[in-house]
Amino acid sequence: MSNLLDLLVAGLATGAIYALVAVGFTLLWQTSQTINFAQGEFVMLPAFLMLALMHAGAPFWLAIILGILLSLLLLGLGFKLLLVDPMLRHGVLPLAIATMALAIGMKEAVKQFFSAEASPFPSIVPAGDISILGRVVSLQSLGVLALAIAVVIGLTALLNRTSIGHQMQATAQNPTVARIIGVPVERMILLTFLINAFLVALASLLITPIYLAKFSSGEVLGQAAFIAAIVGGFNQVRGAIAGGLLIGVVDNLAAAYVSTQYRAAVPLVLLIVIILFRPQGLLGRPEERTV
Amino acid sequence: MKSGIFAALLLVAMSASGAFAQGAPIKLADVAELSGGGATVGNNWKNGIDLAIEEINAKGGLLGRKLEVTHADSQSNPGVARAQVQKALDNEPYVLLGPGYSGSVKVTSPLAAEAGITQIMGGEAAELTQGGNKFLFRTSFGQQSSMPKVAKYVNDELKAKSVAIVWVNNDFGKGGRDVMTKEFAKYNIKVAADISTEAGQADFAADVSKIKAAAPDAVFIYLNEEESARILKELKRQAIAVPLVGETTLVGQKVVELAGDAANGARGHVGLTTDAPVDLVKAFREKFVKKYNYVPDHNGLKGYLAIYMVKATTEKMGKVDAKKFADTLHGLTIKAASEPGILMDVTFDEKGDIDRQGFLVEIVEGKQVVKQVLPKLN
Repeated sequence: MSNLLDLLVAGLATGAIYALVAVGFTLLWQTSQTINFAQGEFVMLPAFLMLALMHAGAPFWLAIILGILLSLLLLGLGFKLLLVDPMLRHGVLPLAIATMALAIGMKEAVKQFFSAEASPFPSIVPAGDISILGRVVSLQSLGVLALAIAVVIGLTALLNRTSIGHQMQATAQNPTVARIIGVPVERMILLTFLINAFLVALASLLITPIYLAKFSSGEVLGQAAFIAAIVGGFNQVRGAIAGGLLIGVVDNLAAAYVSTQYRAAVPLVLLIVIILFRPQGLLGRPEERTV
Repeated sequence: MKSGIFAALLLVAMSASGAFAQGAPIKLADVAELSGGGATVGNNWKNGIDLAIEEINAKGGLLGRKLEVTHADSQSNPGVARAQVQKALDNEPYVLLGPGYSGSVKVTSPLAAEAGITQIMGGEAAELTQGGNKFLFRTSFGQQSSMPKVAKYVNDELKAKSVAIVWVNNDFGKGGRDVMTKEFAKYNIKVAADISTEAGQADFAADVSKIKAAAPDAVFIYLNEEESARILKELKRQAIAVPLVGETTLVGQKVVELAGDAANGARGHVGLTTDAPVDLVKAFREKFVKKYNYVPDHNGLKGYLAIYMVKATTEKMGKVDAKKFADTLHGLTIKAASEPGILMDVTFDEKGDIDRQGFLVEIVEGKQVVKQVLPKLN
């Protein structure tokens, strides 16, 4: 039983990071029909930007701020203007393939200009343990979980409680009508890309101390986030959150109780089951767009 | 008169080309893990090779000829390694260097043997030198040499009655796990948890939870460097306090760099370490750091030694003869006194395994500290 609790905490901490990445995934899909297969590499890159800044002499806190700003510029604005806008007019599939090419390009560029080897990355959550109900729990796990949940709650509040959030939702649900009633659709779409860039930069900051900074680290994350988004519901932010947490927990339980070799297969089996029996995802809406 | 001028011009041309003085360069081929999961292994190995070649060439080369090496990337993938080795062998190198991963060595060594080319590699899986391949040589101990020392340490020094074994599910990891399980059985040490992991695995939370549940007296970790660092961090996160024991890949420089504080207290047997209390090894470390600006792990030493194995064997033969190279190296003892580049006295047996002194080390405040020197057997 105590082992199960440890697994749940660790799974939720990882799952919360998956959720951040998956939320970005669904936001891009909803507002601009962008299936970003480079989303994992989007998580990998900010850590390297921050490392490069630290190597240039910046302290960690400054590297975080500048790294997030650079991510907004490159992975938000740059991604939209240079890849999504020119490709989207040719359809969803060419854009999806272009993001696959982008993923390969980003990996190879980091490998070439930084290193093929893994690099250590400092943690923003202090090391150490605390005792909860007689159980020793790592501060890092709790910190990651708390920070990820705080961001998700903040984002949900932004989407549901603010005018900008309502305009973003209107853009996602029906851009034509949104435009007619005066919503600045283009600006809302750009904002979505910036939010996605912020989320992946944050996920990068949280996951890299555990996974280490490596050019290939986005492969696992991208796949997990994609599965999480579909399992939870591709057209709902709350679905992506639930999907992320679920995949994190299922992955850990599968590794512990099924086998390490098959752990990667278990979330995929879950994905197949969901597609067969509930194609809109666990919390998705059938009347809206689904994949 | 005309013929005299022609002869003089020819002499000048030949001298300028170096052909007259040195002969053609000796070509070596290296296939290593320059990217992928084994990038730490391959890049250290490559840098060690380049450093040794630079030194030898600066002193006039080998038997008056320059050494040249081509590096190819196996991408840490046995299939790619095989293709790269085949390509390298097509160019008829004097000696083949690498790969470092045992799985890649396993699939490439038949190619080199078929071509009659000696292969000096970094793999440590026990089975590699047990198949009768006369062209394959190690640069470090095989698992059959190192694991008994680790098991003895766990029994005699740690007094452990139960252990958890964590191993990577590839040729290297499975070989180590099999030898270690037999060795633990000899001491009646119970294997409380037998945990296989995947190469390149990022998340070790579930594996460490299993260790926690098994409550062993010690944990034996046999993973590659990056995965070793990740599990050490996770073991610290989950507050596992029992001794962590392993081999070179648990206590290497790269692991210490990646795992930070989490590496403190990890112990293991290492065949090669730049922290060895040996003057020539210290001098190597200084040269390496000066050239590459980082402290190499054992793979840097392996690459460096591979080149000096080539040098000592060739000088023993007195000529560059690829076909006789392996026969000469079998049974050869190279003494550091006569060939300082070999760093420590070493003997190669008929299987291509080595006999050399080894070390038991512990990571203390981010540094390898040699706790015990295990002497050369013969």
